[in-house]
Amino acid sequence: MTYSYFPGCTLKTKAKELDSYGRKAAEALGVTLEELDDWQCCGAVYPMAKDEIATKLSSVRALNSAKQKSQPLVTICSACHHVIKLVNNDMKNDENIALRANNYLGFDEPYKGETEVIHYLEMLRDKIGFDTIKQKVVNPLKGRKIAAYYGCMLLRPSKEMQFDDPENPTIMEDFIRAIGAEPVEYAFRNECCGGYMTMNDKSLAQKAAGKVVASAKLKGADEIITACPLCLYNLKQNTDGSLPVTFFTELLAEALGVK
Amino acid sequence: MSMNQKELSEQIISMVGFNPRQCMKCGKCSATCPALEEMDIHPHHFASMVCEGRINELLESKTLFRCLSCFACVERCPRSVEPAKLIEAVRDCVIRAKGANFLSPDAVPGKLDPELPQQAITAAFRKYGK
Repeated sequence: MTYSYFPGCTLKTKAKELDSYGRKAAEALGVTLEELDDWQCCGAVYPMAKDEIATKLSSVRALNSAKQKSQPLVTICSACHHVIKLVNNDMKNDENIALRANNYLGFDEPYKGETEVIHYLEMLRDKIGFDTIKQKVVNPLKGRKIAAYYGCMLLRPSKEMQFDDPENPTIMEDFIRAIGAEPVEYAFRNECCGGYMTMNDKSLAQKAAGKVVASAKLKGADEIITACPLCLYNLKQNTDGSLPVTFFTELLAEALGVK
Repeated sequence: MSMNQKELSEQIISMVGFNPRQCMKCGKCSATCPALEEMDIHPHHFASMVCEGRINELLESKTLFRCLSCFACVERCPRSVEPAKLIEAVRDCVIRAKGANFLSPDAVPGKLDPELPQQAITAAFRKYGK
């Protein structure tokens, strides 16, 4: 299996492990991730206004590059996934946005949302299968109690993201089971970590992130996994730091014996 | 409502692509908002103020810079009114004006720490400035 891959800015800098372990694990699972040439930053947040065009163009360029190669586009970072998936949806369903973006970009053929955008976790679930992963695990993470932190951007808005049940998701718990560990379900797994608020109002981010970690601890978790660099930052730096937080790809690489 | 307010209200409605008059004032958006306590105008009230054309008050609201864009209100609104999109449209009206950035590039170096991901800086710039 070969997929186009959009790593995003943060995976090239502060979240290198999210990227490097993701690539190593994919290789161990027989998947080739081809990084897109000349990809540009997705902008980290989806521009919600219908008259925002320029801020959506980098996503359209990435989507069109994957279309040229007739490959699904894989993302790992929650934010990149959220932005690119929602822009793809606009290109498919919003004539005005699609027309204006295509007029600007001038591709040989207009881009109309043809590319399939999948998150790495969806690739594991839908393309490879958690049963297959289970068979390839050489180092099951036995006895580890892991809390999956979904946050906002993978799940919402669910009508467009189509990722999982937005109120009662299971994909990350199934992932944790596949690598031999024990998932810990807790109330705040799909609540906001405080996001970019850490830039201008640290106390608000501390309040939000603190609730998530306290909720996971209450249910007996020893560690938290996430797919988002900013969630990882908030859960580590804007809390008392009492629970280790790692990227899900690191545990996958560990279980597959390629860490 | 002055003409200016009416025009602004119409502009905001065109930016979000739905009619906030669909709101049935159930308050679910405010009940689910993680930043509610920090806001001066709560999401359900924000939506009705757009309908009433009280845009000047919204332009001054702290709520614009307290929303986390977590999409909880968008997800849970039973009438597809999507308050986060209304808040973003009004915020866009503020920050699109020259010199109205809420976050200045000069302020960024003082906010950095060794672990802060690029994603946070990019997101804040997109939300707080043009």
